[in-house]
Amino acid sequence: MATEATQTPLIRKPSAKPTIGWIIGIAALALAALYPVLYEEMLGEMSIPVFREWPSVSTAVIMIVFTMMAVGLNIVVGYAGLLDLGYVAFYAVGAYTAGWLASGHFQQVKIHILSSGVAADLRGIHVNLWVVLLIAGTITAVAGILIGLPTLRLRGDYLAIVTLGFGEIIPQFVRNADNLGGFNLTAGTFGINPIDSPGFGTALNDSLGLPISFQQSFEKINLFYWSALVLLLFTIFCSIRLRGSRLGRAWIAIREDETAAAAMGVPLMRTKTAAYALGAFFGGIAGAFYASFKGGAFPSEFFFNISVFLLCMVILGGMGSVWGVVLAGLILTYLNQEGLSNIGGWLNNETPLDFEVAKYQFGIYGVIIVLMMLFRPVGLIPEGRRKQEIQEGTATDTLYGERHE
Amino acid sequence: MTVEATPEPRLRTRRKRPDLLSVLGILFVLVIVAWLLVNLIDDPQQFFNVALIGLTTGSVYALVALGYTLVYGILQLINFAHGDVFALCGLVSSSIMIGLFDLSGSEAVVVIGLGLLGTLLLTMAFGATLNASIEFIGYRRLRSQPRLTMLISAVGMSFIVQNISLAIYDVNYRSAPPLLSSEPAFTIGGVSMSWNKLIVVLITIPVLIGLTWMVRSTKQGKAMRATAQNQDAAAMMGINVNRTISFTFLLAGALAGSAGVLYLLQFQMRYDTGFELGLIAFTAAVLGGIGNLAGATLGGLIIGFIQAFNEGLPIGSPGSDWTRSIVFGILIAILVFRPEGLLGERTPEGA
Repeated sequence: MATEATQTPLIRKPSAKPTIGWIIGIAALALAALYPVLYEEMLGEMSIPVFREWPSVSTAVIMIVFTMMAVGLNIVVGYAGLLDLGYVAFYAVGAYTAGWLASGHFQQVKIHILSSGVAADLRGIHVNLWVVLLIAGTITAVAGILIGLPTLRLRGDYLAIVTLGFGEIIPQFVRNADNLGGFNLTAGTFGINPIDSPGFGTALNDSLGLPISFQQSFEKINLFYWSALVLLLFTIFCSIRLRGSRLGRAWIAIREDETAAAAMGVPLMRTKTAAYALGAFFGGIAGAFYASFKGGAFPSEFFFNISVFLLCMVILGGMGSVWGVVLAGLILTYLNQEGLSNIGGWLNNETPLDFEVAKYQFGIYGVIIVLMMLFRPVGLIPEGRRKQEIQEGTATDTLYGERHE
Repeated sequence: MTVEATPEPRLRTRRKRPDLLSVLGILFVLVIVAWLLVNLIDDPQQFFNVALIGLTTGSVYALVALGYTLVYGILQLINFAHGDVFALCGLVSSSIMIGLFDLSGSEAVVVIGLGLLGTLLLTMAFGATLNASIEFIGYRRLRSQPRLTMLISAVGMSFIVQNISLAIYDVNYRSAPPLLSSEPAFTIGGVSMSWNKLIVVLITIPVLIGLTWMVRSTKQGKAMRATAQNQDAAAMMGINVNRTISFTFLLAGALAGSAGVLYLLQFQMRYDTGFELGLIAFTAAVLGGIGNLAGATLGGLIIGFIQAFNEGLPIGSPGSDWTRSIVFGILIAILVFRPEGLLGERTPEGA
């Protein structure tokens, strides 16, 4: 144990002293926590150059949810180095789990478990949404294991294509599964809706005997925002703690050199499967939460581009770097939701250029991906270890490229 | 004692597992064969017509799959942008046919023939240039980086090419003017092959023969094979590795160009056609054994037949809603159970 501590500069021990990083972090957190209030009080009317206006609270919720998925994907791609091009499948599984367990989709039955904020006489399965989030995470993790077990033996690029295959099969299955031997599983192209929203303390409110008007004094969208923020912080916390754990170090060893890791006694299959399961877990929670936020699970949303969009966040932020991924996730989702169309509007109105920015958004992501790979493969906020790998190379390098460039 | 005891059960499971798998595989194949037989007996004319459709689409898949397999063979890179190069080529060829040669289908046969040939050559040149530029811009600098870097760059390139198509041709579908009559070229027992399908096969076969000859018998082909095996050793033997890789991309792009023209002659295309077709073609390449030219052709034809049978047979076929799932299901099954593909050889490092 002692040698391990001295020989692996893998994880920097968090220093107790307040550094500049801590100050930025606490300031960002305070800003994030107060954002809905700030938005209502002043930011909502403020206009800023080029971007025109601050993101609305509902955009902020979407930003947080996608960032959460990106942090989950970072476990698979960034930590373990397994390129997953079908992460959208986990999002879909999470969303549909919420659809099955917290909506009126199954009209044949009437099951209410701990449900709050839902009229008691509604038909269908209505499980408390917070419980559903956990169940969705678990089911998605199981799905991750099921997908992972047969495919993780494959080398990196084959794995990418297989995950891509799953990412294509699951949405198509969902679209077609409205008549599986006469049974309507997914409501086909219409999607499952409406999905219950979380109770947001209805039960607590009632048990404390507070008047219903007290609870209604909170804007629902703000409650969604704060719950999303808590979920994101939970994801970030888990993911940072995982990186330093035995499992996390095993992932990094596999990423750098699979053969050497195996020779050192890292169980390859189990470790890779764990990366898949944990990455999927957070994707599932985010998917279920997002489905509840939007009030439905629609098959038209689960397409390959979303996987690439998430991958783009991980790459832009820096593979393996949690804070980088969070930053990139917030920026890119903002651009996707509001930013690009605002910039496009600004370009068309204020400058002689006429260019539909939003139409070419995926082209823009493509350019970002290629440029990052060419000029800064470590990302915006690089993780130290990853930087080393890129600069010094890993075991898979050929001698050729270095000499002839 | 313990050391001797542990390998035993492992050996037993090793020996047992392929048996179970092959039994399952054989059962699966038997079910498929039975399904095909039922359809054949029920309506032979329909069966063979569907098979001819499969042959035509399969030929196009084979041409695209060859592009994947050539690039994979030399760089171990899945060139995601290849499908989008194919789509852009198809769209450009529609411009060449209509805009440059002003073909409408009412000209004399000779004019149409020459126009088609010209379109084919120009599109192939365009595809070759585009593909080689992609390699030059996006991949060349990354060869010394970890392999995932290049793969991710390829995903980015795919989106860039797709958006170039979008910028030039917008979201509308494009199709070729009715140059080739859908009159049957020949009819055997009620089964007819129309000219616009026959031409696909007529163009594909010489291209395949030429390509195989080139890779097997020319100096350039030898350089390609050497580079694929070991870039360092090839460079030491005086092979210009950068040029060889560029040449491979040129060749792959030309194949994508020809596939684009042939596809456009039968179907409509738009900017995102290349994504799905590219995936199907990649599946074909993997099915046949990636890096193997004959394998890619075989795989393309098999996938073409599977798709046609799935969508066209009257009895018990799942229908076009499930085509994508079936194709990817095959891909996953192949990668899991026989990663080296049908004709590929098992390499020491596996797949």
